[in-house]
Amino acid sequence: MAVATEPKPEARPLVKVTINGTVVEVPAGSTILEAAEKAGVRIPTLCHHPDQAVKGVCRVCVVEVEKSRTLQPACAYPVSDGMVVGTNTPAVREARKVIVELMLSRHPADCLGCARNKRCELQSLAEELGIREVRFPRREKEYPKDTSTPALVRDPSKCVVCRRCVFTCNEVQGVGALFPAYRGHKALVVPAYDSPLAEIVCALCGQCVHACPTGAITERDDTDQVWAALADPSKHVVVQTAPAIRATLGEELGLEPGTLVTGKMVAALRRLGFDRVFDTDFTADLTIMEEGSELIHRLTKGGTLPLLTSCSPGWIKFIEHFYPDLLPNVSTCKSPQQMFGALAKTYYAQKFGLDPASILVVSIMPCTAKKFEAARPEMNSSGYRDVDVVLTSRELGRMIREAGIDFERLEEEPFDEPLGISTGAAAIFGATGGVMEAALRTAYELVTKKELKDIDFTTVRGMAGIKEATVDLDGTKLNVAVAHGLGNARQLLERVKRREKDYHFIEIMACPGGCIGGGGQPIKTTNTVRVRRIEAIYREDARMAIRKSHENPAIIQLYKEFLGEPLGHKSHELLHTHYTPRKRV
Amino acid sequence: MHFYRAHVLVCAGTNCSLRGSRAVRERLAGELARRGLDGEIKVVETGCFGLCEQGPTVVVYPEGVLYCRVTPDDVPELVEEHLLKGRRLERLLYRETAAKAVQTVPQMDFFQGQVRVVLRRCGVIDPDSVEEYIAHGGYQALGKALTQMKPAEVVEEIKASGLRGRGGAGFPTGLKWEFASKAKGDVKYIVCNADEGEPGTFKDRLILEGDPHAILEGMAIAGYAVGARKGYVYIRGEYGLSIQRLERAILQARELGLLGEDIFGSGFGFDVEVRVGAGAYVCGEETALFESLEGGRGEPRLKPPYPTEVGLFGKPTVINNVETLANVPPIIQNGPKWFRQFGTERCPGTKVFTLTGDIVNEGLIEVPMGITLREVIFGIGGGIPGGRGFKMAQTGGTSGGCLPVQLLDVPMDYDELAKVGAALGSGALLVMDDTHCIVDIARVFARFFEHESCGKCVPCREGTMRIHEIVCRIATGEATPKDLDNLEALARTMALACLCPLGQAAPVPVMTTLKYFRDEYEAHIYEKRCPTGTCRTLAGRPALTAAGKGV
Repeated sequence: MAVATEPKPEARPLVKVTINGTVVEVPAGSTILEAAEKAGVRIPTLCHHPDQAVKGVCRVCVVEVEKSRTLQPACAYPVSDGMVVGTNTPAVREARKVIVELMLSRHPADCLGCARNKRCELQSLAEELGIREVRFPRREKEYPKDTSTPALVRDPSKCVVCRRCVFTCNEVQGVGALFPAYRGHKALVVPAYDSPLAEIVCALCGQCVHACPTGAITERDDTDQVWAALADPSKHVVVQTAPAIRATLGEELGLEPGTLVTGKMVAALRRLGFDRVFDTDFTADLTIMEEGSELIHRLTKGGTLPLLTSCSPGWIKFIEHFYPDLLPNVSTCKSPQQMFGALAKTYYAQKFGLDPASILVVSIMPCTAKKFEAARPEMNSSGYRDVDVVLTSRELGRMIREAGIDFERLEEEPFDEPLGISTGAAAIFGATGGVMEAALRTAYELVTKKELKDIDFTTVRGMAGIKEATVDLDGTKLNVAVAHGLGNARQLLERVKRREKDYHFIEIMACPGGCIGGGGQPIKTTNTVRVRRIEAIYREDARMAIRKSHENPAIIQLYKEFLGEPLGHKSHELLHTHYTPRKRV
Repeated sequence: MHFYRAHVLVCAGTNCSLRGSRAVRERLAGELARRGLDGEIKVVETGCFGLCEQGPTVVVYPEGVLYCRVTPDDVPELVEEHLLKGRRLERLLYRETAAKAVQTVPQMDFFQGQVRVVLRRCGVIDPDSVEEYIAHGGYQALGKALTQMKPAEVVEEIKASGLRGRGGAGFPTGLKWEFASKAKGDVKYIVCNADEGEPGTFKDRLILEGDPHAILEGMAIAGYAVGARKGYVYIRGEYGLSIQRLERAILQARELGLLGEDIFGSGFGFDVEVRVGAGAYVCGEETALFESLEGGRGEPRLKPPYPTEVGLFGKPTVINNVETLANVPPIIQNGPKWFRQFGTERCPGTKVFTLTGDIVNEGLIEVPMGITLREVIFGIGGGIPGGRGFKMAQTGGTSGGCLPVQLLDVPMDYDELAKVGAALGSGALLVMDDTHCIVDIARVFARFFEHESCGKCVPCREGTMRIHEIVCRIATGEATPKDLDNLEALARTMALACLCPLGQAAPVPVMTTLKYFRDEYEAHIYEKRCPTGTCRTLAGRPALTAAGKGV
């Protein structure tokens, strides 16, 4: 388990700081920004991000500190006892406005057409400071968009060089795809070597999207394809929704973080005109059957261990780039999204007498990398491209808004059968540790043939970066570990390579918090928001009638009618895959 | 030991080298050998002598006769006349006026106003000879510190001397050392900042070329004082000769046990490594220098934490300028009281300046702190060439302030210059006569900062570009009165809000020229006229007399 190393703020002595005439007591070492918050004073910021180390580069938060020759950045400057701070002095107001106007004069003025309109921090800042006129002539940055990947679109002209994405990509994700380059007013954040994203080591996790205050990085918008298919009577359009969407979609439609909207989401999708509304949770349960069996197989037949999960496509791309030597450890199971696509065009088509060529599979995913995964050349085991279009939760939110659906007033509706039936074990796939917990619920019972009484494996839950546990399967000790965020994944893989411990099973999710914190999730996704979404995921689990994947009746029926047995011939054909080592630069 | 009846010193500093001093030296050696004089006359290659404009310079000792602008073809005559017949070669003597030829070095006005502490060995010893350095008192201060003083006593001596950082900011050196000595940590570093990036500044280069061991000795003393065992010299890649001499000096010092383990049997060990920079102006800023030295992109860090707490590789670090470190050995050797006899109460010691621009004696000088601008320019500097009038002097390099004629009597030290919005800075002194347009000058400075901004913080990244843009509009007659307001708002914002000293100082040339030469800006804006006729698009318009009145 992760150990807290930072001393708790309460342990530090208190100091008195005067902010705009108000005296507050804060722990020594606090920043002016923290002290101001306590004093009820709002200081505008831009490069500051609650989950990141201080950068202090935008200078929007500068304030006057008595006896200091220059203004100081509130986000970075530590308070000391007796410090007197002014946040609303003429010098501060002038500097702040000049700085924001300097940025605005270089930034494209196409807010109305921007994916981040009304969700842009630069726009909000300009509004907050009451900027009505920019004193400098417009000199917009004019760089071509980078549309080289199926997942992310970079629009460098909108980059304000706040470096939040650089921090996320390097420090949180440990990928190192994005860097500041060039000097002076030509400075820009670019992919390594200023190459297109598709040509460098990028996991396409999309965490940079959450870091970006503006529209400089966004998901590729694929809603037009879906609108076209929905309007085409010759198409049978089915949709699957990832486990995490029900805990996040509400935010995109104005609800509070942590609101569960499963039934309303299904209703909205029907209103949009999808022919069938299915659930990726169904194939999440299937994944547990296949991956759990694979684990037991590797444990008993001496296969490569530890087994690494394979649900997260950002993680898969990461390991293909950085640890190709560990690819034999990765489960051969496709992700639930891809299992669904393969079954929709085979099992479902056969069962309901549909021509698979007419079926269009749309997935609603928390993830930008899923767009890449669906486009991988090997993902066509149904004979067709298994998943046709991947939309993020943000894109679905846009479609619902555009369709004029009053989301809050929708009556809850159930998923369609049979690919909409699922368990609590599948629901928790959306949170870090969820796949592990779901697998343990099933593996325990399959191995021990005993009923698992307490099914909550709480040690693998929560936001600690790397979580470890040892589970006793009736004498068989199973060492498991969970990492979320690729930076943590890298640390855990290094432990594996150093053979620090004999791990048997490891869950890795590319995004901090797991899929609820995915790169396709509503803006703004912060760690505070992630925690609330995770709570919602476990509420969903708790309310489900069945909470173990192997007890899902639709899965049992699927094996009976179609697949035969886990790891069987048909499973191998449709549900398993292989990986591609990729270059590091 | 071999004795020579005469020594011929040939400057091998960068400026004289560019003017062909190597050919002079080779011809001299050949000529002496041909005449069989090489056993009695020694040719010494020295560092810079200061009179760069007059180079290549040759000084003949024991008399101390200075010859200027010597070419290889002059050599046979020089040998024949001076070294063989004992007669001075009049035509190559330094002339203060056409009629007045100066016979020996000490008689020159150029040297009479100077006090040479830092430069005492520059132009005197062979910088490639550690023996000559030792013969001139070198490494005695290190010996004294290591064998007779406790580290805390060394810190106290430097504090008592009142030495302030010569890189520009003027922070008390002793205090910096004290912070670092008290900082927690087993590993600490001494860094010598030799990334001399201010245009028109070349003092550190000439100190390193002329007296490289002095820097190593200063660094070792600093290391002993604060508990550091490793030093780095971060030096510009363009300074080939400095790098070469410094690296040779390090090898020599290691060989003699003056660097390395257990120096002077004291148990204290110290070593120095040279790291070469790629020439970004911002890398002269101490934290950007660390980033670059560590292999990263040269960008400043936020302060606090300060380098004495978290510096190079995250360890407590003392970073001092070349000239600061060169002052350390004489202070340790002679004591703080001796040092304080020079300069002013708050700024003791001397300052090395590089004189450039419209001034007769372009070159390197060392003067007591507190000397006036007038004494430097019109005394030592020999005034403005061609009888033209003085318009302004920029102190402290490109980021320094521009001072008009009415401030010629301001004392040159950190505090007095700060009072008038200028800075002593690195010791660059750029003089301009009254043929120059102030807007045109500001435009050059603005373009420099636009080019050198690292782009890390918004006000510098965008502001330097906007200042240049606005000044260009003023110079071309396209500016409106609103532009002047915007320029001033920008300048105020940058001075207050930029992340590092580069950005904070970038508007200083504009701010000071606006303060002292506002009428010239206004002529460009309101009358669309360049008073000096320099700004080409406005040059067709009738020019009035220059704003600077001349002296």
